[in-house]
Amino acid sequence: MSISGEDIEVEETKLPGIGLRHDFMTRRGRRVGVVSHRNGRRDLVLYDPDDPDACISTLVLSSDEADTLAEFLGARRITERLANLNEQVSSLHTDRLRVANGSRYDGLRLGDTHARTRTGSSIVAVVRKPEAFPSPDPDFVLHGGDVLIVVGTAEGIAGLAEILAE
Amino acid sequence: MHDGIILVELGAVIFGLAVLGRVAGRFGLSPIPLYLLAGLAFGKGGIAPLSTSESFVEVGAQIGVILLLLLLGLEYTASELVTNLRQQAPAGVMDIVLNAAPGVAIGLILGWSVPAVVAMGGVTYATSSGITAKLLTDLGRLGNRETPIVLSLLVLEDLTMAAYLPILAAVVAGAGLVSGAISLGIALLAVGAALVIALRFGRVINKLVFSGDNEVLLLGVFGLALLVAGFATELQISDAVGAFLVGIALSGKVAENARALLTPLRDLFAAVFFVFFGLSTDPTKIPAVLPAAIALAVVTVLTKVVVGWWAARRAGVGPRGRVRAGTIIVSRGEFNIVVAGLAGGAAVEPGLAPLAAAYVMLMAVIGPLIARLGDPLAKAAGRMVERREARTKAEAAVETN
Repeated sequence: MSISGEDIEVEETKLPGIGLRHDFMTRRGRRVGVVSHRNGRRDLVLYDPDDPDACISTLVLSSDEADTLAEFLGARRITERLANLNEQVSSLHTDRLRVANGSRYDGLRLGDTHARTRTGSSIVAVVRKPEAFPSPDPDFVLHGGDVLIVVGTAEGIAGLAEILAE
Repeated sequence: MHDGIILVELGAVIFGLAVLGRVAGRFGLSPIPLYLLAGLAFGKGGIAPLSTSESFVEVGAQIGVILLLLLLGLEYTASELVTNLRQQAPAGVMDIVLNAAPGVAIGLILGWSVPAVVAMGGVTYATSSGITAKLLTDLGRLGNRETPIVLSLLVLEDLTMAAYLPILAAVVAGAGLVSGAISLGIALLAVGAALVIALRFGRVINKLVFSGDNEVLLLGVFGLALLVAGFATELQISDAVGAFLVGIALSGKVAENARALLTPLRDLFAAVFFVFFGLSTDPTKIPAVLPAAIALAVVTVLTKVVVGWWAARRAGVGPRGRVRAGTIIVSRGEFNIVVAGLAGGAAVEPGLAPLAAAYVMLMAVIGPLIARLGDPLAKAAGRMVERREARTKAEAAVETN
């Protein structure tokens, strides 16, 4: 059985009376595994390159120690992913724009703002206390006091704010 | 007043066991053979026979057997037992045939009665799962490829024990063919029912005994096991099987907590059981059976190695892993003594208890040593097999050219 994360083939084996073992081959050809005991103990095992059936080294960790190690192993990847995500969306802004009471759009349909064609920004949700309407369609009728959640470029959002203030 | 003397005797025995356990630990050995020796020393014909606490020790020994089997049951979930049975059945059958045969053979050679012969088959059959599990951890082999196979074999043996003990109990009780078949039928039904109940209604039973309070949980599980063991005895099934079934039926959080709570209790009473077995064995009979014990030891080391090798090869493990799998399951221990105790208590055959004691003492010492030898042996054997395979491959290449 494999519970692969990305393209890593992880093998899962039951150890009756003890728990579970997971192991996989690294890209550089070393097999590494974790034996999960039912009482929370974790053994980090490293397999022998000469004898793929045997492990040459076993590191016994309590559940707290295993958590700590996992944090060290996982932390870098999480920060990397966050950095990636930021890079991807740095040009993207979100904002909350309020439809003023007595605005000319009070009672008009969402499509009448022509927000997308005029500014390139999208209205992804409308918050009308106590509810929120995600992905409203162009026929959605606006009320004074609604809050629009918009996504777009900085200029696009500024432009939409001006339109709503008309 | 005997009260004081009982306490002094018990205290001396238990404290003595602690010292022995420490000695065994220092040499990385199982304490079981030392406990047996201690029992022999305190028993009839020994150096310092106990006088007053024998009946207390007897009940303690009985509780020891119940706890051994209860914890064995707690160790596994019903689904683990069923999957293992499906996957490893051929290796399990081979294990039974090869390892029960030497015991049965020696019983027949010595001209023993049927119950003693059946019991001796059990004495040589089962690997000590306690010693083997500890060896797997100590030698850092839990991650090894052959380890799941080894563990599966142990599971199958334990399952076989659940079916075998009631048969033995019936045979020892001198029951005829019909009543023996009936009690066997009841036992197998009970095992089957426990598996079904555990698979289907495990949650209900667990809810029944579950408690966040450790004290209540301990009393609940221990009490339930004693109750069921008692009823099982009344139904002519052995108490041990009843306790095993209780263990199987419990699972999840309850089993996990109960295991932690009951393990020290088991260790205490199991030690008492080994001492009791030693107590009721006459040490002067041992020299006479020693040659037979040594012969059995030699043969059953080999048969276990063959079974381990074959089971590992079936699962696609390499030659080295096969040697490791074979050498780690050699130890005999707790259950072999349980079997002998069940038969010996009924005084079936005067030679059975001394032979079983001598044999298990040998195997509990030899087993761990052979398991440790497994690594260098595996390297040597692995190289040999690999060379041979390479040679046949080269020869085949020459022929095709």
